[in-house]
Amino acid sequence: MGDFRVTGSAAVLAAMAALLSACGERAPETEAAGAGEGAVNGLMTPAAFSSIAGDEARAAALFTEISKVMLHPRCANCHPREGGPTQGDDMLPHNPPVVRGFGMGAAGMECSTCHGSVNVEFASMTGSIPGAEPWMLAPASMGWAGASAAELCAQIKDTELNGGRTLDDLVFHNSEDHLVNWAWHPGEGRSPAPGDQETFGALTAAWAEAGGHCPEG
Amino acid sequence: MALTLKINGKDRNVDVDGETPLLWVLRDDLRLTGTKFGCGVAQCGACTVYVNGQPRRSCVTPVETLEGAEVTTIEGLEGREADAVRAAWAEYDTPQCGYCQSGQIMTAAALLQRNPNPTDEDIDNALAGNICRCATYVRIRKAVKAAGERLEG
Amino acid sequence: MAPYDKPETPIIASRRDFLAGAAGLVIAVSLPVRARAHKGGHGPSRAAFAPNAFVRVAPDNIITVLIKNIEFGQGPWTGLATLVAEEMDADWGQIRAEHAPSNPALYSDPMLGMQLTGGSASMATSYDLMRKAGATARAMLVAAAAKAWGVPAGEIAVDKGVLSHPAGHQGSFGDFAEAAADETAPEDPPLKTADQFTFIGDEKLPKLDTAEKSNGAAEFTLDVYRGGMLTAVVAHPNRFGATVASFDDSAARAVPGVVDVKQVSAGVAVLAENTYAALKGRKALSVEWDESAAESRDTETILSECEAAAQARGAIAHEAGDVDDALANAETVLEADFLFPYLAHAPMEPLDAVIERSADGGVEAWIGSQGTTLDHQMIANVCGVDLAQVKLHVMLAGGSFGRRAQMTSHLAQEAAEIFMAAGGDRAVKLMWTREDDIRGGYYRPVTVHHLRGGLDADGEIIAWEQTVAGQSFAAGTPFEAFMVRNGVDIMMVEGASETPYAVANNAVSAHIIQNPVSTLWWRSVGHTHTGYAVECFIDELLEAGGKDPVAGRLALMTDDYARLAGTLEKAAEIAGWGRDMPEGRALGVASVKSFNSYVSQVAEVSIEGGVPRVHKVWCAVDCGVAVNPEIIRAQMEGGIGYALSAILFNEITLDETGAVEQSNFHDYRSLRISEMPEVEVAIIASDEAPTGVGEPGVPPLGPAVANAVRRLTGAAPRRLPMIRNDFQA
Repeated sequence: MGDFRVTGSAAVLAAMAALLSACGERAPETEAAGAGEGAVNGLMTPAAFSSIAGDEARAAALFTEISKVMLHPRCANCHPREGGPTQGDDMLPHNPPVVRGFGMGAAGMECSTCHGSVNVEFASMTGSIPGAEPWMLAPASMGWAGASAAELCAQIKDTELNGGRTLDDLVFHNSEDHLVNWAWHPGEGRSPAPGDQETFGALTAAWAEAGGHCPEG
Repeated sequence: MALTLKINGKDRNVDVDGETPLLWVLRDDLRLTGTKFGCGVAQCGACTVYVNGQPRRSCVTPVETLEGAEVTTIEGLEGREADAVRAAWAEYDTPQCGYCQSGQIMTAAALLQRNPNPTDEDIDNALAGNICRCATYVRIRKAVKAAGERLEG
Repeated sequence: MAPYDKPETPIIASRRDFLAGAAGLVIAVSLPVRARAHKGGHGPSRAAFAPNAFVRVAPDNIITVLIKNIEFGQGPWTGLATLVAEEMDADWGQIRAEHAPSNPALYSDPMLGMQLTGGSASMATSYDLMRKAGATARAMLVAAAAKAWGVPAGEIAVDKGVLSHPAGHQGSFGDFAEAAADETAPEDPPLKTADQFTFIGDEKLPKLDTAEKSNGAAEFTLDVYRGGMLTAVVAHPNRFGATVASFDDSAARAVPGVVDVKQVSAGVAVLAENTYAALKGRKALSVEWDESAAESRDTETILSECEAAAQARGAIAHEAGDVDDALANAETVLEADFLFPYLAHAPMEPLDAVIERSADGGVEAWIGSQGTTLDHQMIANVCGVDLAQVKLHVMLAGGSFGRRAQMTSHLAQEAAEIFMAAGGDRAVKLMWTREDDIRGGYYRPVTVHHLRGGLDADGEIIAWEQTVAGQSFAAGTPFEAFMVRNGVDIMMVEGASETPYAVANNAVSAHIIQNPVSTLWWRSVGHTHTGYAVECFIDELLEAGGKDPVAGRLALMTDDYARLAGTLEKAAEIAGWGRDMPEGRALGVASVKSFNSYVSQVAEVSIEGGVPRVHKVWCAVDCGVAVNPEIIRAQMEGGIGYALSAILFNEITLDETGAVEQSNFHDYRSLRISEMPEVEVAIIASDEAPTGVGEPGVPPLGPAVANAVRRLTGAAPRRLPMIRNDFQA
């Protein structure tokens, strides 16, 4: 794309850097076992898996549950495998058309051109435009829309692909990340991901604790 | 709520519902009418301004999120890229009805600030969010390229 | 409303209004009878002020050309000013354009008898008029200079706005503006011949409105702010034909800034101190609709109704030979139904209007008014004032494509009703949102064409039967009297009742099928569908008969269509028709005469993701004298883009309850720059009187693309938009 120079995205890049370094530095809290029995908004809690004997089987079952969130349109729309983001529950190409560009969109039409720090309800019709700080695409190596649970699991554990994250880093990301949190607060006109971030984080922690094994298939 | 906005380099005080989109504050309260309403849902780009130098759809930007931010509208757009874009716009007589042109020009200048030598694909990517129902796209493409050449030359 | 009556007297309140602030020479040309001048800026004059005032020369040497047609992108400001500048021998830098105010006595379309922009007629109806206005101005300025210098007028030369005499005299137009007003206007000033043109045909003449449209200064209706003005938005029904049963405005009135909520004919208006409060108020409003007379069917049912009707012959629009006999005896008969959806115009600036009480008790209004005289009359009717008490400013408009000329003047009606309902003392701006625009009707009508064509053993076309079924938007309006004849709306069959092709046995007929969905002309009107149906079907027949699409068309075109044939040859030439195509690409061609202009286009198409991708369009246009070649090219480019958006993506659909399913650009998809093909335009040199270019670029694009798609995929896109299909190359 020519000799593109980043001039205006410094704040966003700084935020990204802070996010990544925070992932590497801080240890996650792993008191996942505290979550209650049953399900939260359609997502099973870790307790529901405690009866599964054997770490491998339990971890695999936990990850299958985790994948319900990660493959949900609220998450997968911005984790495309190729091309730009998708949108809506039917995961159609983003409209207006956008490209990954430098990860934040094209020069002159960045993600932040439309997406601000908060969801904004439309003034003239129902619905809203989603927002969180910083609104951005996941790296291409973390594109998993349409993957199976097994493929997804292998992908996110691969430190070559995941930005060098350990299992603990993944637990922290899923538990604490602000943009991940948006998936349960997606604004008017959008269905949230199943569960909540607390349950999602707890499931991730339980999965990591059980060895981070992947489901088969 | 009472707010101070920095618009085109000047502090402007407004007292509005904090959720009001910047677009309507610019137009109704500050009478900066060059920024246009086309869709209200960030689909058409007619309302494009800069917030801290970044292109931004003012129709989906609550004014309460802008305390301390610097806003630039078409009326305040200046500099090398803006001059080059306007000169190229004149060279190709790009506007037809003209209604979307503030947004097109804001985006084009932003593109050239970041990439003074854009390819057709770069131009399409940058301007794909700016609808022109007159479809003067052929001229927009030519004008942006010409503006880039003006800057390089 | 009552049919429009041509006013007995000019409806302008006084000359003072018209001439306010104008000093110097105002040229008033009454064509074809006589011309007079008026000295502006001195209040009412004793002299009769003849109608048709187009040129104002000010002492500061600025020439303002008053444009009778609305400027919304098609270029009448520059185009009509070019004609005046040409005959005046002015300097382009001293030329300004502004909209003429509403005044049918002065600015009527000669054919319609009212001030209305349409039919791509601005240039066609202005060519002689504006040149004569310019020539008159020049002659009077020269006469004034001759008097001042004491020399014969014939010895004075004019060049780039400078008058000069060999004895050394020199002066500007401005110098003689006052004096020229006392000169007698010549009856019939000589006009230039084509070889004398300097502005007409100039490839580099800059448009007059580019600068103000590049810095935010251009003023549209939405940009009008009046003291104490309220902004109004209206809750309209979701179904066509529904009316307000009751409403609860308590929550709406509780929104800070909301001032009033009033029922009007078309819905419930929320008036507020600012736009956001009005929008918020409308969201909070609760309206119960009476849907007993509303359209409750879906668009599939409406289309099916038209399709069923089209299978039988309707009211005859054109007949020649014996088509039934020819079809019965044909070697091959092809049959096809073409289905066209409702289309919204979706101009960039949604509909809007500003209205306020004027000091004299009348009203002043600002509208991007295309049906100017109709709007003027509507405002007077609703506000209960005389026509002369309405001052209507025609504003720049952010596109129209037909949307701003409504036979019903519904927009002016709504604005005036709100203004009056709110007390008639505070200024009101009515604003439609994009959702109002997309859902608000006045669509290009749903239309179905049923075609049967017969070939003889040699592959020659011997029979052509075409039956059109759809809505008429003229029926039931003042336009019905001259647009609907013998059960045929001429706007439904234009381009089909007469085609370029000589076919001996021919029957074209129509069925008018009404329903409550409001419809309207949409850029190129009937040609949006007739051009598509005719040009796709002729292509299929030629293919079935083993003929080349270009050579086959040329062989069939009648002498009356020699100019169309010229554009076809030119388009084929610049496109390299017949060349080897890259894998996965094909060319398609179409030729359509519309609004007395002739356009042929060749489109190069591939299929990407099941959808046609148009890479380049070659376009040849013959619109007579090319007054502004760059505007002509721009209109061809824009017409191509506008048409491409529609044929690829656009349809308004009603769900199974009759509610419109689309609402904004996210689901009524506009072509974007990344989808715009390259365009190459060739203008055919011509000495014929100029004709329009605003619409004629539209009709050939659809069939050119469709014909390429058929060649590429074997599937003929007979139902629009094309995105309904999953094409495989």
